[in-house]
Amino acid sequence: MSTATHGGLIRPDESPATRPDPAPRTTSRAAAIGGRIFNGFSHTFLVVWAVMVIYPLLWVVMSALKSDSEVIRDPLSLIPDTLHWDNFARAWGEGHLGAFFLNTILVMIGSVFLTMLLGSMAAYALARYEFRGNRLIYYMFLSGLTLPIYLAAVPLFKGVYNTGVVFPLLGPNKHVMLMLVYVAWSLSFTIFFMHSFFRTLPDSIAEAAMVDGASHSRLFFSVMLPMAKPGLISIGIFNVLGQWNQWYLPTLLMQSVAGEPKNQVISQGLIELSVNQGYKSDWSGLFAGVTMAMLPVLIVYIVFQRQVQSGLTAGVGK
Amino acid sequence: MRHGVARFVTGFLALPVALYLFYVVWPFAQAAGYSLTDWGGYSDSQRFVGLDNYVRLLSDELIRKAFWHNVFFLITVPLFTIALALFLAFLLNVGGREDRAGIRGVFGSAVYKVIFFFPQVLSLVVIAVMWQQIYRTDRQGLINGLLIKIGLGDPENPIAFTADPEPFLGVPAVLWWLLLIAVWSGAGFYMVLFSAAMQSIPKDIYEAALLDGAGRFHTFFRITLPLLRDTISVAWVYLGFIALDMYALVFVMTPSQGGPNHASEIFASVLNFTAFQKGQFGYACAMGVALAIFTILLAAAQLRITRRERIEF
Repeated sequence: MSTATHGGLIRPDESPATRPDPAPRTTSRAAAIGGRIFNGFSHTFLVVWAVMVIYPLLWVVMSALKSDSEVIRDPLSLIPDTLHWDNFARAWGEGHLGAFFLNTILVMIGSVFLTMLLGSMAAYALARYEFRGNRLIYYMFLSGLTLPIYLAAVPLFKGVYNTGVVFPLLGPNKHVMLMLVYVAWSLSFTIFFMHSFFRTLPDSIAEAAMVDGASHSRLFFSVMLPMAKPGLISIGIFNVLGQWNQWYLPTLLMQSVAGEPKNQVISQGLIELSVNQGYKSDWSGLFAGVTMAMLPVLIVYIVFQRQVQSGLTAGVGK
Repeated sequence: MRHGVARFVTGFLALPVALYLFYVVWPFAQAAGYSLTDWGGYSDSQRFVGLDNYVRLLSDELIRKAFWHNVFFLITVPLFTIALALFLAFLLNVGGREDRAGIRGVFGSAVYKVIFFFPQVLSLVVIAVMWQQIYRTDRQGLINGLLIKIGLGDPENPIAFTADPEPFLGVPAVLWWLLLIAVWSGAGFYMVLFSAAMQSIPKDIYEAALLDGAGRFHTFFRITLPLLRDTISVAWVYLGFIALDMYALVFVMTPSQGGPNHASEIFASVLNFTAFQKGQFGYACAMGVALAIFTILLAAAQLRITRRERIEF
């Protein structure tokens, strides 16, 4: 039994015997019946909501395994006649989802790593060193949290286009460019989060390391960063999910003009698929595409559910 | 030593600050500048027009429409999501059996929490494309199909969902259908958040209430809810930002990205349309600045309203 199943009222490690008896309860019998009815009601409602969450997801996964004619003939059934794995092959190949998957992963390996590294470096310098302009820089990063991304859309597009003329790798429809843009737009929250984390680390250990002759950067990489591991995991999960789910920045910056290689990411692939498959009436292929974009994240979540839940809620709680 | 610190700090900050300045601050600053011009975006000619764009904004029918749609989401998304999340958290934490040890959480609440959290890890685009299929207007759609099967739906006249501009309670139906998706995907996350907050309330407060003979409803409304005030207000601010971000749903799900007949137009969709379809970058930037000012005022107002003395425990 875990604490979670017991809610906030009574912890499981507490046996009734050790507690003061709330003895004189006059209405105990009526309360017990009322409690039972309420318990039944709770379960009913919770099950209804659980079905409302799971049923659509299951329906998408199962439809992905049907043939097109079956999707049309019997759209609601959750059990396909025969398993059509070729839908996945079609979405992966013809729908270009395979290539888009690789693009997303390629971009994210760089962008998540750089976000974490640069973000915690900046947060650390801002949180633990006094210098002129410290507050200014911190608030500059913070302001990015409130400004809507749409405001920057037009000049950002223009800026990337112009940079591309001089440095082709940083132009539109380039992986490196998208990587750097992701990093820049993820810095605000990463710094905000890690700043408060580095603040709470004890001074004494830092001082001891300095006495032992560690340099500032060595102190950071071999002492402070390892101590900040719980925070890094939280913000890491946040960034992985956030950047995997990005769609606006890629739609803005990664349009491939005719003849250019398709460097788009998975979200764009899905949007494209939903438009194209609609024309071709390839519904099962579309469902397969959605399933492929959905299942990896869901599986990772189910495996690491505790970390993901606490990581994402900690982001709001701060 | 002093010198070492300066070099270290510069070394650590140079790259992040440079990236941030180039890709975030500079575009924002430029947008503010462009908003004062009549720049078309693709040409190099731009004329300074002062505040003309902003004056035009005030009398723009489409913007006014989009503004009210934004306000609609701003009120309804947090309201319904928080209400449902609180209700689920309440059932989860006090819905269990009552015994001598007090009121327990419902059996299996950890499993419910895992399931309710699912939509949070899916991207908005996945959710949008999935709901596009659920909302299909023929019997292939999940909802229409089910309704027709059990005889409640009319095959000749199915629910139109996001293609339905008819007002319901004074608001186009398409917005209500988009709202349902937002609540569906957000409720689980906030339920987990509220549950965690509920569990951090020390149990002696509940014991005291129990001794005084308070039932579960009393305890919830008189003790738990007031103590959750801080968490709820933070959730409200976050959901406010999400409400401004409904663009993904509008983009994927509505006809001509803001339709039908502009019934689901929001700030972001008008902005994108103006900039990239109509080619009026200067005017679009003015919209963006207006939206930014609106957001900042809103965040400030929300923080001010919800600020209250913190209860430490």
